[in-house]
Amino acid sequence: MKTGTQATPHSFRPECALDYMPVQELRQVQLNRLRAVVQRAWDRVPLFRSRMNERGLLPEQIRSLSDAAKLPFTVKADLRDTYPFGLFAAPMREVVRLHASSGTTGKPIVVAYTQEDLEIWTSVMARALAACGVQEGDIVQNAFNYGLFTGGLGYHYGAERLGATVIPASGGNTERQIMIMRDFGPTVVFSTPTYFLHIVDRAEQLGVDLRELPVRIGFFGAEPWTDAMRSRIEQAAGIKAYDLYGLSEIIGPGVSVECPYQDGSHIFEDHFLAEIIDPETGQVLPEGEEGELVLTTLSKQAMPLIRYRTRDISALMPGTCACGRTIRRMRRVERRSDDMLIIRGVNVYPSQVEAVLLEFDGTQPHYQIILTREQDLDQMEVQVEVTQKIFSDKVAAMEVLQKKLSDAMRQVLQTRVQVTLVAPSTIQRSEGKAKRVIDRRKI
Amino acid sequence: MKITQLSVFAENKPGYIIAPCRRLADAGIRIRAISLAETKAFGVLRMIVSDWKSATRLLEESGFMVRPTEVLAIEVPEGPHGLSELLLAVEKTALNIEYMYAFPYGHADKGILVFQFDDLDAAVERLQQAGVNLVSREALQEIYGD
Repeated sequence: MKTGTQATPHSFRPECALDYMPVQELRQVQLNRLRAVVQRAWDRVPLFRSRMNERGLLPEQIRSLSDAAKLPFTVKADLRDTYPFGLFAAPMREVVRLHASSGTTGKPIVVAYTQEDLEIWTSVMARALAACGVQEGDIVQNAFNYGLFTGGLGYHYGAERLGATVIPASGGNTERQIMIMRDFGPTVVFSTPTYFLHIVDRAEQLGVDLRELPVRIGFFGAEPWTDAMRSRIEQAAGIKAYDLYGLSEIIGPGVSVECPYQDGSHIFEDHFLAEIIDPETGQVLPEGEEGELVLTTLSKQAMPLIRYRTRDISALMPGTCACGRTIRRMRRVERRSDDMLIIRGVNVYPSQVEAVLLEFDGTQPHYQIILTREQDLDQMEVQVEVTQKIFSDKVAAMEVLQKKLSDAMRQVLQTRVQVTLVAPSTIQRSEGKAKRVIDRRKI
Repeated sequence: MKITQLSVFAENKPGYIIAPCRRLADAGIRIRAISLAETKAFGVLRMIVSDWKSATRLLEESGFMVRPTEVLAIEVPEGPHGLSELLLAVEKTALNIEYMYAFPYGHADKGILVFQFDDLDAAVERLQQAGVNLVSREALQEIYGD
């Protein structure tokens, strides 16, 4: 690990004061805000009011935090069905910003912010970045896309708030990213984990050793990632890699962040109420159990979401973190409930494929799963981008590698997998997030 | 004594062989020899070109996966038994052949075999001992006049 300031876990930053609020007080803040946001949604969002009516539930019946379990869920389809502005709870003249999801399937979803919402967003992002040591004097390279996607601007304003120097590199143009890393000397990078791995790969090809550069920490998010990806990033770039979780529907990046202990991501609970539910039954699960993360925005005005089902699989971690923060932690999201594939009756997650690729020397987790059905039998093909390291003039060597990958995947996934090597950068990426699964099975 | 060959990764998709060739043609780079090794899923296009450094840069810039590798070019002796005599000489060296392809040598009625061995240095040594005529990079350039 290179020298330079790593955040010391106990170094207190004024931006982070709210992270240490006494628990009793925090729960009271949450309850007050929950009641207010439920009232606001009831008053202003017809869909929410009709769902409450169906349940015979009135806002004043929410008297404790556990009463949240009575409230109806909001799902992604609700945002699509009310496209574009149907869930807004503020008139357009109060809305100062619109963002939209990438919309890889069908229409995008639109989210809105009042001036106050933007202030909250900036403040949680500043808290998140400060937690891992970003400060005045840091130079930050932001490789999240600027535009409709919340990633670019969300990170941008948070870093600026801390007085850091922001380079709005945006996504793509990998060689330029590397040039900036070399010439501008950023100490911090922001990126999706898969895009950063791509940068790492390209830098290696160009003979640029990222470990020699001043960059010392990175924040990664916007897609599920695993421990294996983290260690690959940390080793190849000589940085500490932190998880920064968020989603556009809730606010964008800034829902939770790791602290230097890297043991779960602290949720900014004063603004977001987190629950874990059984994705099948919708029942709230006790602390520590794995399930689907459900989030309620406690303070957003333009588009409050009540019990939004994120589809992200996580768990609320029991106990307090060694860093002393009182806000609770969620386990880093490694997979999504709607990522689960059932192939010949076997449950398969794309993250398992990724883990195999990361264990192999020379392969990158740039892959795509293609599902087809031949004679009533599911076929799973994993396309893997060929890298400089594994490409050879000898066909036999590559066939051996393909076979090894297939075997390893079969071991882990318990189902037959055909691995196909494909040309570099052919797997579709949107917003720097990879599209992992193409299901062509006609059922 | 070795020459440089370019290998280009080719998916089994329409256009994947034409595209790199067209790219080189547009830049005025000559392809002296070409061979495709294919599997069910992908292929490797192997080429001997007039300027392998520019060709590599060009193809990489166009998004192709390219690998320059060294191979041996052996001149096939003249006469009706030229080829079989050469192959016999190679076989006697007990070298392990990875792949081989042929191309005509300039305008003369001659041929060149491109060989990849699993141990290229050992191959150079043993083939020279066996009196086999290895064609150098310079000799190739001279023949083609570039």
